[in-house]
Formats: sequence, structure tokens, C-alpha cells
Amino acid sequence: MKKIFLTGAMAFMVFACGNNKKETGNNAISIDGSSTVYPATEAVAEEFRSEDPDVNVTIGVSGTGGGFKKFGRGEVDIANASRPIKQEEIDLAEANNITYVGLEVGNDGLAVVVHPENDWVTCFTVEELKKIWEPAAQGTIKRWNQINPAWPDEEILLFGPGVASGTFDYFTEAIVGKSGSSRGDFTASEDDNVLVQGISGSKYGLAFFGLAYFEENSDKLKLVGVDGGAGCVLPSLETVNNSTYTPLSRPLLIYVNSSSLKNQKVIDFVNFYLNEAPSVLGEVGYFPLTSEEYEVERKKFQEFVNTYKTE
Amino acid sequence: MRRFKEVAIEKTLMASAMVTILVTIGIILVLSVEAFNFFSVVPIWDFLTDTQWTPLFTEKHFGILPLLSGTLLTSFIAIAFAVPVGLSISIYISEYAPKSFRKTIKPALELLAAVPTVVYGFFALTVVTPFLQTFIPGLSGFNSLSAGLVMGIMIIPFISSLSEDALHAVPNSLREGSYGMGATRLQNVFRVLIPAASSGIIVSIILAISRAIGETMIVAIAAGQQPRLTLDPTVPVETITAYIVQVSLGDVGHGTLEYQTIFAAGITLFLFTFILNTMSYRLRKKFAEKYE
Amino acid sequence: MNNIKKNRLKDQAFKYWGIFCTLLGLVLLAIFIGTILIDGLQRINWDFITNLPSRNADKAGIYTALTGSVWILGLTTLIALPLGIAAAIYLEEYAKKGKLSSILEINISNLAGVPSIIYGLLGLEVFVRILEMGSSVLAGSFTLALLILPIVIVSTREAIKAVPKSIRDASYAMGASKWQTVSMQLLPASFGGILTGVILSLSRAVGETAPLIVIGALAYVPFAPSSPMDEFSVLPIQIFNWISRPQKGFEVNAAAAIIILLLITFLLNAVAVYFRNRWQKKLNN
Repeated sequence: MKKIFLTGAMAFMVFACGNNKKETGNNAISIDGSSTVYPATEAVAEEFRSEDPDVNVTIGVSGTGGGFKKFGRGEVDIANASRPIKQEEIDLAEANNITYVGLEVGNDGLAVVVHPENDWVTCFTVEELKKIWEPAAQGTIKRWNQINPAWPDEEILLFGPGVASGTFDYFTEAIVGKSGSSRGDFTASEDDNVLVQGISGSKYGLAFFGLAYFEENSDKLKLVGVDGGAGCVLPSLETVNNSTYTPLSRPLLIYVNSSSLKNQKVIDFVNFYLNEAPSVLGEVGYFPLTSEEYEVERKKFQEFVNTYKTE
Repeated sequence: MRRFKEVAIEKTLMASAMVTILVTIGIILVLSVEAFNFFSVVPIWDFLTDTQWTPLFTEKHFGILPLLSGTLLTSFIAIAFAVPVGLSISIYISEYAPKSFRKTIKPALELLAAVPTVVYGFFALTVVTPFLQTFIPGLSGFNSLSAGLVMGIMIIPFISSLSEDALHAVPNSLREGSYGMGATRLQNVFRVLIPAASSGIIVSIILAISRAIGETMIVAIAAGQQPRLTLDPTVPVETITAYIVQVSLGDVGHGTLEYQTIFAAGITLFLFTFILNTMSYRLRKKFAEKYE
Repeated sequence: MNNIKKNRLKDQAFKYWGIFCTLLGLVLLAIFIGTILIDGLQRINWDFITNLPSRNADKAGIYTALTGSVWILGLTTLIALPLGIAAAIYLEEYAKKGKLSSILEINISNLAGVPSIIYGLLGLEVFVRILEMGSSVLAGSFTLALLILPIVIVSTREAIKAVPKSIRDASYAMGASKWQTVSMQLLPASFGGILTGVILSLSRAVGETAPLIVIGALAYVPFAPSSPMDEFSVLPIQIFNWISRPQKGFEVNAAAAIIILLLITFLLNAVAVYFRNRWQKKLNN
């Protein structure tokens, strides 16, 4: 009896090892990337599924960088990104014969956040933020009063996205001047929820992440304005769309693999995204583009489909 | 024909047993190969002495000390809590409590070890930390104190059960001799029994330390993700295990330095637990012989 | 106060300290479970169990995580059980006491103490990458199977050891071969003990989170696995995911999912204890 069991198990294992191609039937859409864009894509995926329940959409949260790596290797259909694709990522895709299109789906204001009991900061200048976050600050800038002597003599507990995060890339480029250039001694997580958790428990904390995560948890957090040279500005639909919230306004993007176009569901999903974005984005805390801008993106995608879709 | 069948069966069974050796070899190989790749880029001296761990950032530092201090700090808090409590429980059950208690208390305590660690992590983050924050005002949302205490609760049964077995195994003749000379139970315990059962008790403590060092979810959820070389239990830290989880949650591209860092961290962890486990195995063998 | 009185007092004091410590662990456990029940019980209903994950806390459910856990448990057992029993039989009945057998023993004892995350690293390199299983149910099951293998082996050995020598002797006396004795006498007789060990190791496996995260179990999987090559999530990972979402609604969800997980864990433990008791009674007859 046991022998049958043993042989059965072994046969099963051999069989299973043989079928190692990923589930790429017409009912699967695989997405990975930015944790900032994640809430928006997740919302769209849910709405999409309520119209087409047979579709299996999986969404990973590896960070923009992680998502692009998978995308460049052809492992996912769509990459969520909170910054445009970088040269080395373009090269990777090219090396794997992957053509793609990048589509803007919305706007985000990167939120700079402190604890609600923080009563000494309402606004940071870009210089102040740079002083806190640049690589030279590692091990040296540790306390609030090192930035402004009027602030408390307490350790700044820093929380921010990790290196695979597009938010991280964007913030460092905008504030420090070079993408990826940052101190390393802070609580880093690609999962923005962890950052919210961290800062909501730390009176002397400071964090930055996508505005959606602030909106969701505004009762536990305090939003701080950013002075980009023209005075203190808080992120809002207006200030982000007309770029007065500077330099931390940025586009939210999705990238689509041309070989995924043979799956009609992928095409439907992307079109659905561009149509539903205005209503869904506000719900999760981001800002939609204007209807003209969406029309542009829709056309862009349509052209892409016409060029690359093979029957 | 029958003989052939018998031999074939024996060989199959032996092969199954050898799988366990394969697993160990696999673990050692996998860790070593990737760690070797890591060390061909990062000098081992830096790894052992640098006080910062920022392998992914602009200013790259590859010192394991911050992660190690996070691991040791949380484990120390856990052990500092669990050893006195666990030992006291084992002494109480063995020497003071009515005999029927043993049957009910031991399994009840073992429940503590059966709770999935992610549940303990939840508890540490949502109950213990806010509770501690009410009288330790500087306590950060992520800290090693809550995580350590909760880990301690989880490992109480490791110490209490095994130590109790060790005390129980001490021959009654030793007890009777001691009582015969007028000792109280307490004196008996501390002067006679604990020395006699010492190797068993030490084994239980070593096992508990090994368990605490290897623990992942409680610290990943509640202790933080900021590698820092510190002894301060009120601030966020990061353990070796939490670092591995953190990187795994992103995209671990095979062959990148980032991928290799988790194996360098992993092999460090493995070395520690391997040494502890070997020590406890040796002691256990010695201890088993004692009362032959 | 003379010495004797002082010692008596210390003795009494220690007794109360001992009671306190014993109760402490149990009281703390009761508090956890209490807070979790208060938080999560309200959320448990049929919808919660059959719903897919969602961004809306009140719509989110554990269906995919639960089915993922069932798949993982099933496959893990399929892999670990035959392997573990075979290895235990070899060690207990066939291996001669010598160098090989003590190396095997030390090795198994060591494997039992290796942190679960190391098994995750092994699984990532060997099953996910080298054997190209991807982050699938199969890779997860193989990884967990290796994790629980030492437990299965040790408890099977104990179970076989406990079978009275008389049964073995009687079987050999009737001319049975070794294998016949093992398969027709020892295994059936030790079955209850083996079952206990397997169930206990399953109760451990169902709560494992770290190794599965390392091999890549996903955050958002809105479908149940339909083949061993599918991606998956399991209950503890779903809990972990919900814990890290700061919205209060998800904290409630995490608590509710924890209740389900604890129910499964404690149920498995209780069943194991029941079988162990029944089996021990049978042996003593």
C-alpha cells in the first residue's frame, strides 16, 4: 500500500516538474511594480473583475525597480511605475526583445509626513529635506535641531521607501538631485503601509510616501508642506495638476509588454484602466489627469495595439 | 527473488534516510556558494567590522554588526524574560505543585509554542507596544522591547518543559538525602537539584536561544526595519531574519549583489544556530548518560 | 528570626512566585486570545471565508489564502510523509549502530533546529530558481516538506520504538521477512503515533510564514490555485499582509483571520493528542 503511495508521489513530482511554464492562459494578467501605483491598479483590477469574473489578475509589490526587472525579463504583462523607465531598464528589455509602451494613468503628490503631535514643523524647504536625506547625512545628521536649532534636540526617526521603490528614486532625484542618492540608515520598506505604521507610532518621526497612503490614514498623520522656492505648498488636486506643488508632483505610469497583447484581456484591462481612472484614482487618494490627457493616452495605446497585436 | 525484493526495499529506505543528508548538504552548499559570491565583492573584514549595513544605498556599507546586534538584542530580551520565568515554572511543577498539575499544565504551556509566530507579531505590534508606550513615552512604534518580550513568552515552554524533564529525572535518592538533612524545598532545589540537572537545564536554554535567534515574523512585524548598531530597546532595529524577509518582499534578481546579501546574512545566522544546536546535542548525549 | 524560619519563608515565597510565573504565561495567552476575539469575532461570517482579497476592508475575505493553505498542506504531506516514514523505518529497523547511523541522527537533530527562514533560502535557490518551479505551490510544498521532515522522522521513530518487542519477535518466529514484519506488523501498530507526529508537524506548517515569503508567495492573489504550478498565498501571509495595512478595518480582518488560523492550529493539535491517547491505550492492551 505504501509502495503505491511512494510511486504515486514520485510520478506526481516528475510530472509536475515537467510543466514548469507559468499559467499564461487567456485568463491571467500578471502585474508587478510600484507600491505607490498598487492601490490604483488594485482598485481597477477589482472593478474589472466585477465585470469579467473569470480573469485572474495577480499584482505583486516589488517596487518600481523590482517591477521593471521582472518586466524586462518578460515575467509580467504590466509594470506599475511611479517614475519613468530608466536607461538600464530599457536596455534590459531590449536585450530580451521586449517592446513596450508607457502610459500615464494619473498624478501623485509625494507626501512629506510627520506625527500629529509634531508641532514644530509645518513646512520644509527643499534644502532642509536635502540636508536630511542626502548620502552625506548618513551617520551625521541625526537630530531635529541639527536642521533648525529651534527644533527639539531629539533623534529624527526616518521612514522611507526602499531602493526598489519608484517613490525613492523620484524623491531622491527631486530633492537630492540624483536618483537613488540617499542616506542608508533609515527604516526602508517598499511597502508604504509599513512606513505609515512606523511614523504613526513615532512622535519624532519623518517620512515620505505616496499621497494615497496619507489620505487613507490622515487621522494618524500630519501632512507637511514643501517650499520649492515659491512658498509653502501642500499637495492637492490643484497644486499637483498645475505643478505648483513642486518638486514632488509626479506621474503614475503603467508599462505594457507588446507580446502580452495577444491576450485580449490585457488589452481590455488597459483600456478599462484608462477609462475608469478618473473615478477610481480619487477614491484611492491620487489625482486624475484631464480628460484631454486621457484621450491622448488612449490614442497612444490604440496605436501600440495596432502596431504590435498579432492575431 | 524474495531476497532481491528485500534488498531493494532496504536500499529505497536507506535512500530516503540519505535525503536528510542531502538537505544539509544543500543548505550548506546554497549558503556557501552565494556567500562566496558575496565575499568576492565585499571583503570579509568589512563584513565583520563595519558598523553600518546599507548595502543597497549610495554609501554602501556591508557590516553585519547592525543586523547582528538587532538579532542579539531582541534575543537577549527574550531570554532575560523567559529563563527566570521558565525555570521558576519548571521548579514549581517539579517540586511544589501537586502531581496532577503536571499533566494539565505542561500541555497548556506547550500551547504557547504552538501559536503561529505571525500571530505573536500582531500581538506585539497592536497590543504590547501601545501598552508599553503608556509608561515608556519615548518608545517608538517599532522597537526591540515589545518584540523581545513577546518572543520571550513564546519560548517559555522550551525552557519550562525541558528543564522540568531534567529536574524530574534527578533520582529521588538525592532529594531524600537532602530532606533528610532538614533542607527546605527551596534549598533542595538550588543546592542539589539544579546542579544535578544542570546539563539538561543548560540544554533547554541553549535551544531557547537558538529558537530566539532564528525567529523571523515577530521581529519582522514589530521590531522594525532599520539596521542600527545599538543596545537601546526603544528604537527601531533590524534583525538578520527581518532583513532577509524585507529583501524577499521585493524582487530578488538572481545573481545581483542584493540577492547575495541575503545569503551572507543567512550563512551568519546558520553558523550561530548550528553551533548552538551542536552544543546542545553534545550536552544532551552527556546528560542522557549520567543516570545510566 | 532564626535561619530555619527565614528559609521556610523563602520557600513559601518561592512557591507563590512559581505559581505566579506559571499563571503568567497562561494569563498572557488568554489576554492575546481575548483581544483577538474582541477585535475579530464580529468580522467572521460566511462572506469573510468565501470572499477574495479586496482593497475594501469589509469586502476582503480569506478565500484564496485558505485554499492556498489547504493546497500547501496537502502537497506537503504527500511529499514529507512517505519520505519521513521511510527514513524513520530505515533508522529504526535496518540501520546498524555505527558511524553512518550516528551521523544520520546528529544530522536530523541539527536540521530540526535550523531556522525556518534558512529553509526558505534553500527553497528559493533550489526549487524556485534551479529547478525552475517558480514561486508556485509546488515550490512552497517542497520547501515546507523539508522543514517538517525532521519532525516526521523523529516522531515516527518514537512511534515505532514504542511497539512492544513481542510483536516483532512473534512475527520473525513465524518466518516473516524484515519487510513483512515492518509493513504488516510494525506500521499498523505504530500508526496512531505516526499520525500524531504528522498532524503536529502540519499544525506547525500551517502557521509558517517566513519561508513562503522568501520563495515568493504573493501579496495579491485573487484566485484559488488550480494546479501545483500556480502562484498562491496562504493564511499566515494574508494575515501578515493585512497587519501591515494601518487602516483599522484591516486590523479587524487580520484579527478575524488569526482566529481562523488559531482554530485550525488548535484543532490539529487536539486531534493529534486524541489520536496519541487512543493509540497509547491500544498499545498497552
